[in-house]
Amino acid sequence: MTQLLLFNLFNGLVIGAFYALMALGLSLILNLSGIINFAHGGFLAIGGYLAYTLIPHIGFWGALAVAPVLTAGLGLVVERVLIRPLYGRDPLYSLLLTFGLAFILEDGTRYIWGPATLPFAIPGWLSGPLSNTFFFLTGYRMFMVALVVVAVIGLFLILNRTRLGMRIRAGTLDLETVSVLGVNTRILRNLNFGLGIYLAGLAGVLAAGMLGLQPTIGSTLLMPSFVAIIIGGLGSLPGTLLGGLLIGVASGITTVFFPSASEAVIYVIMGLVLLVRPRGLLGEEGRF
Amino acid sequence: MNALNKRAAGLAIWLLLLGMPYWLDWVGGYTSLGSRVLVLALAAMSLNFLLGFTGVLSFGHAAYFGLGVYGVGLTIKYLVSNTLIGMAVGVTAGTVAAAMIGALIVRLRGIYFAMVTIAFGQVFYFIAYRWNSVTGGDDGLSGWQRLPIDLRFTTVDILGNDKAFYYLVLVSFAVAVAIMAALLRSPFGRTLLAIRENERRARFLGIPVDRHIWLSWVISCLFVSLAGTLYALLNNFADPHDLRWDQSGDFVIMAVLGGMRAFWGPLIGAAIFVVLQDYVSSETTNWMSFIGLFFVLVVLFFPRGVLGILQRRTAP
Repeated sequence: MTQLLLFNLFNGLVIGAFYALMALGLSLILNLSGIINFAHGGFLAIGGYLAYTLIPHIGFWGALAVAPVLTAGLGLVVERVLIRPLYGRDPLYSLLLTFGLAFILEDGTRYIWGPATLPFAIPGWLSGPLSNTFFFLTGYRMFMVALVVVAVIGLFLILNRTRLGMRIRAGTLDLETVSVLGVNTRILRNLNFGLGIYLAGLAGVLAAGMLGLQPTIGSTLLMPSFVAIIIGGLGSLPGTLLGGLLIGVASGITTVFFPSASEAVIYVIMGLVLLVRPRGLLGEEGRF
Repeated sequence: MNALNKRAAGLAIWLLLLGMPYWLDWVGGYTSLGSRVLVLALAAMSLNFLLGFTGVLSFGHAAYFGLGVYGVGLTIKYLVSNTLIGMAVGVTAGTVAAAMIGALIVRLRGIYFAMVTIAFGQVFYFIAYRWNSVTGGDDGLSGWQRLPIDLRFTTVDILGNDKAFYYLVLVSFAVAVAIMAALLRSPFGRTLLAIRENERRARFLGIPVDRHIWLSWVISCLFVSLAGTLYALLNNFADPHDLRWDQSGDFVIMAVLGGMRAFWGPLIGAAIFVVLQDYVSSETTNWMSFIGLFFVLVVLFFPRGVLGILQRRTAP
């Protein structure tokens, strides 16, 4: 029983790290540009499938490095062509556009790579369990958590230590002033979008190694990421991170006692958070 | 448009709808396609009560639509073999859920509201999807069908007669639409418009904004769950995908495509959407890409919708 609980707790933590990675990208875009990116899951799938195609040529590590960058490149183009015309219009329109885009990306991956689940080769030394008693501690899962930690630290370093990050944070608070101060906000939003999509691509490669590749992989991971953002509080990146881990662990624990409710439980938590604290755990008062 | 033109247009729409089962075969359609248009139009018009006339963006209306679907399906399958009681249960389920969730989220605005409605919509999807023994899970709820309605002096055979079912849908549609139109003409409806145009000013005038938005949300969800019950009866089947977020997106695009500032806009949007879906899904298996592209094109080139463009052209 203890082992089962530990297993699911750890599993929940891994999944939570994952939701957090995806939700952080969504949150970046939402905070600066006010866009709910429904297509985020689609980009995640693209990242995973690109890595799948690249692995025979440049190996796992090469693919891990290159695939997210390519995905981010696609994100930059999409933002420039499709999303930029919608800034300043009712958020309804960007919502509908990314919604349509999500369909196109999902169907596109199905068209190119086929509807069947594809196996995803990870390096042999990562796939074995690290200990016999705790069989669930596979190297790959530990590696995933470690990589998510590195990515999150990297993201916060970019946001807090670089000029670009400073401008993104300033733009989140008051884009107009940032623009008046001479920053090209079009480029800023474009790069920010690319950064968010990079995180989606990275999450895609990691997810592919754990879950295998399916065209629907993105849309199944998308909704929990929304919930993570709402629980954490809109506008707060640390909140998003916390929200992601929280719902991952919560659904992990629920799996032990009441498996069929493991998905529904995160919405119950969301309802409770909204009841007690409508702005989310770490959200600022009055921003939304 | 002046008042006379408006009245003439309304009359024309009702005449077209009344005769639909008879002229539809002529132009290559079939009666159940007409019922489908009408049901989804009711859903889109109910959504538009909130979206177009209160200015609140909900992207989770499929949840209440789906509660109507499952409400009627589960009732007829497990409880009583009566179509009207099933519909009453479906509408009650959708409305009660909306009233409770609405109370939680009514203080949120704009994009935050949209996001929370999306997320809440998924709860019911997962319940329907996971609770295999009752809801049939991913396969959907089958093994039940709509039953003839007994009106004491006569029985309406909505099961065997497609046209009879169409007129059941039309009567429900007419009642719902008439109530919504009357509400929009009332002081309550004018207040909703005021909130849409300038919420802060409405608040300064002493209007209890949150309560009005909550009421508008509940009314909108009530009629969307009515549409859900009719949809289940139309298909004799409850599909978990009726509860999913893609379905919510479909409702929103219907409203936008037809013109969300026009009362009849969503009807036109639904008609275009359903006919296109019927045609394209029989021609290609890549329906998803097509619908995705359709969304993108509507947003980029057609954001005011059909009636929005017409109104602008005829405006002095």
